[in-house]
Amino acid sequence: MSADASPDRREFLKDSGRWILLTGAATLAWDFVVQGAPEQAPNYNATDHWWGMIIDIEKCIGCGNCVRACKAENGVPMTDESFRTWVERYTILPDAPEHPIVESPNGGYDGFLDLKQHGDGAKVFFVPKICNHCAHSPCVQVCPVGATFESPDGVVLVDKERCLGCRYCVQACPYGCRYIDPRTETVDKCTLCYHRITKGLTTACCETCPTGARQLVDLKDPKDPVHEFMRTHMINVLKPQMATGSKVYYNALDGAVR
Amino acid sequence: MSGKFRNYEHVLRMAGLFGAGIAIFLVVRWIMVPADFGLYGFYRAGALKEIAAQPITYAGRDACAECHTDVIEVRKGTRHEKVNCESCHGPLATHASGDVANPGKPDPKTVCAPCHAKMTGRPKTQPQLDFKDHAGDAPCIDCHKPHSPKVK
Amino acid sequence: MHGVEGFMYPNEMELQWSILIVLYPYITGLVAGAFILASLERVFNVAAVKPTYRLALLTALAFLIVAPMPLQMHLGHPERSWEMYVTPHKESAMAMFGFVYLWYLMAVLVLEIWFDYRKELVLTWRASTGIKRQFYGLLTLWSDNISPEALKLDDKIGRTLTVIGIPSAFMLHGYVGFIFGSIKANPWWSTPLMPIVFLFSAIVSGIAAVMLIYMATCKLRRTKIDMLCVDTIARYLYYAFIVDFTLEMLDLIHRLYVADESLQALDFMVKTKLFVSQIVIQIILGTLVPLVLLASVQMLKWSADARKRIYAAAGLLIMIGIFAMRWNVVIGGQLFSKSFLGYTTYKLAFATKEGLLPAILFMILPFLILWALVKILPPWEDGGTHAGDIRHGSTTGA
Repeated sequence: MSADASPDRREFLKDSGRWILLTGAATLAWDFVVQGAPEQAPNYNATDHWWGMIIDIEKCIGCGNCVRACKAENGVPMTDESFRTWVERYTILPDAPEHPIVESPNGGYDGFLDLKQHGDGAKVFFVPKICNHCAHSPCVQVCPVGATFESPDGVVLVDKERCLGCRYCVQACPYGCRYIDPRTETVDKCTLCYHRITKGLTTACCETCPTGARQLVDLKDPKDPVHEFMRTHMINVLKPQMATGSKVYYNALDGAVR
Repeated sequence: MSGKFRNYEHVLRMAGLFGAGIAIFLVVRWIMVPADFGLYGFYRAGALKEIAAQPITYAGRDACAECHTDVIEVRKGTRHEKVNCESCHGPLATHASGDVANPGKPDPKTVCAPCHAKMTGRPKTQPQLDFKDHAGDAPCIDCHKPHSPKVK
Repeated sequence: MHGVEGFMYPNEMELQWSILIVLYPYITGLVAGAFILASLERVFNVAAVKPTYRLALLTALAFLIVAPMPLQMHLGHPERSWEMYVTPHKESAMAMFGFVYLWYLMAVLVLEIWFDYRKELVLTWRASTGIKRQFYGLLTLWSDNISPEALKLDDKIGRTLTVIGIPSAFMLHGYVGFIFGSIKANPWWSTPLMPIVFLFSAIVSGIAAVMLIYMATCKLRRTKIDMLCVDTIARYLYYAFIVDFTLEMLDLIHRLYVADESLQALDFMVKTKLFVSQIVIQIILGTLVPLVLLASVQMLKWSADARKRIYAAAGLLIMIGIFAMRWNVVIGGQLFSKSFLGYTTYKLAFATKEGLLPAILFMILPFLILWALVKILPPWEDGGTHAGDIRHGSTTGA
């Protein structure tokens, strides 16, 4: 700066300099005031696990136990438009194979006994649905604030403290497994009973499935029966063309299933 | 010299305003990001703990086996052996923890139908029949003991 | 109970994105389009549209101020929206919103308006007393240099800002199209054409809006409408509309030709649930009729009065048609099941958080803001005196 700088410029620079110093000092002071919460080491090591589920269509009897257990375990709203898991009944009539009739009365919560029972050559089966905990999840990709994420052990979760309720993830999920919880105005979905599986229990839906049609699996565990199961059965995922890396593997998934 | 500065001094004032705005934004941003954000991925690590802390409602089969060893014995080799206790008995974590001493028994008139009432779509291996034809209004447990359902 | 026909996944039966989410792309579209019109004069030197230059900028600002409001109203937790600034997820198109909006508002619009109006602001500051003097002093940042050199600098900066502003306007609205276009789960939305279709329909609606506002304000102020100006605007509107129409036809023809698994479900939806909003309002009334009207002006010789009426009619139909286009994209994309086996109904309430009433109020508000802006920053002194006139040799005041 030259000695004969104009008075205006000198004033201006002095003012700016003062401002910068004050702001700098303030930020340094904040560094001391704001302390992060100390990390608590969990006794469950997330990186040892990679969770998924096997659903065996050949074993599902459409009893609805899983839907009821999930709602009870996780306090899911009892309305008919919020489900973390639900069961669909597919009826494929012999003269209309490309037009399956699909029903899910109250998500299968009360079973399917009250529905019309089709005989006469119709192919009827039940398809339990759940969040697929995708490894390349489109819902995680679109969340603008990091409120939904995949945990280190492969479970897609929602941080209710950060969710804005913008519903972008609900639009992005190809499987329709997300909904808005009207009590918290945030997005909610299946957590794979994270609070249970991190304590060595299985999920509520698997616990109450009477036929073992639903099984929690740990893909990282070499002793898990999933590896043998996948080797000996015809396995599929929902909407494979979406390439979401779905970790819910179905046995005997008919091509008509959407 | 001073004349030239006067000609762009207003630009500097506006620039200063913007600079101040950006600085405030950066400071606020620094303060507002949670300390544990980004630890494992683009999310708040504390959320994992919060989600894992949810209370448990279904105790799980192993919890029942700790006390009810007699029932476990009876069920060995029966067709209900692999059906977990809470499938029929409902959620029992409050009983397993000792808070609820007697949770009561499931209603014998309604507990069997969801799995065993005749319904198309069930696999052929599932025992199912029309309850009215089979036993009229009699409760199933008159003949079928729930822990060993095969009628001797 | 939910108005569902066929099968929908249980969580899909209620729509998640309401009329407020239809409003947001509509409003940002008007902003982008108004700015493009303004840039026609400033950057591309289409002198004929100068009377609308400042009006277009103020229109853009008025709508931009309102733009985030329907979004905030829709959010489950609007008090957490700051998270988008503090932890924006870079993989999410929506996370861009905070920064693109702020950039466009501050670095483009506010700055450009300030540099363009600075001379009038200083003159008003000097000439007023009391509160009005304090207010205008603040607006000028208490700098009162309006020498020819300073104004020349302002003009250069303004021009640079407009040049930066054009791609910024494209970003402001294009990313909204990308938000929809990148959702692979929804075949109604998922197409690479979506950002471009959104952008061109935005340009069309924005230009039409400024044209209508210009004609309306001339009528209100009882001044003569500059026919060269509106004729030029209408010509650019016509060109933009042809491009927009072509793009939308391209999308439609591609879908029909490729006929993938979603076509049956979507086709059925358009012919039944979206018949009125898409076929009647968007396509026939909102596109074909205005196109014919505007084309007729290019090909036949109408009197000035007839042209004014045609422009007013075409402009109004376009504004309605482009709104219908946003409606058909946002609402239409949620009316069919992702299983392709069923449809639901959108129940639009009136006086609820996301009902018709707040939507109407959000559409009225920008005009109120524009009215206030026009009072503070009058855009029509002597046909638009601004620093650019220094270049052309005319000066007023100093």
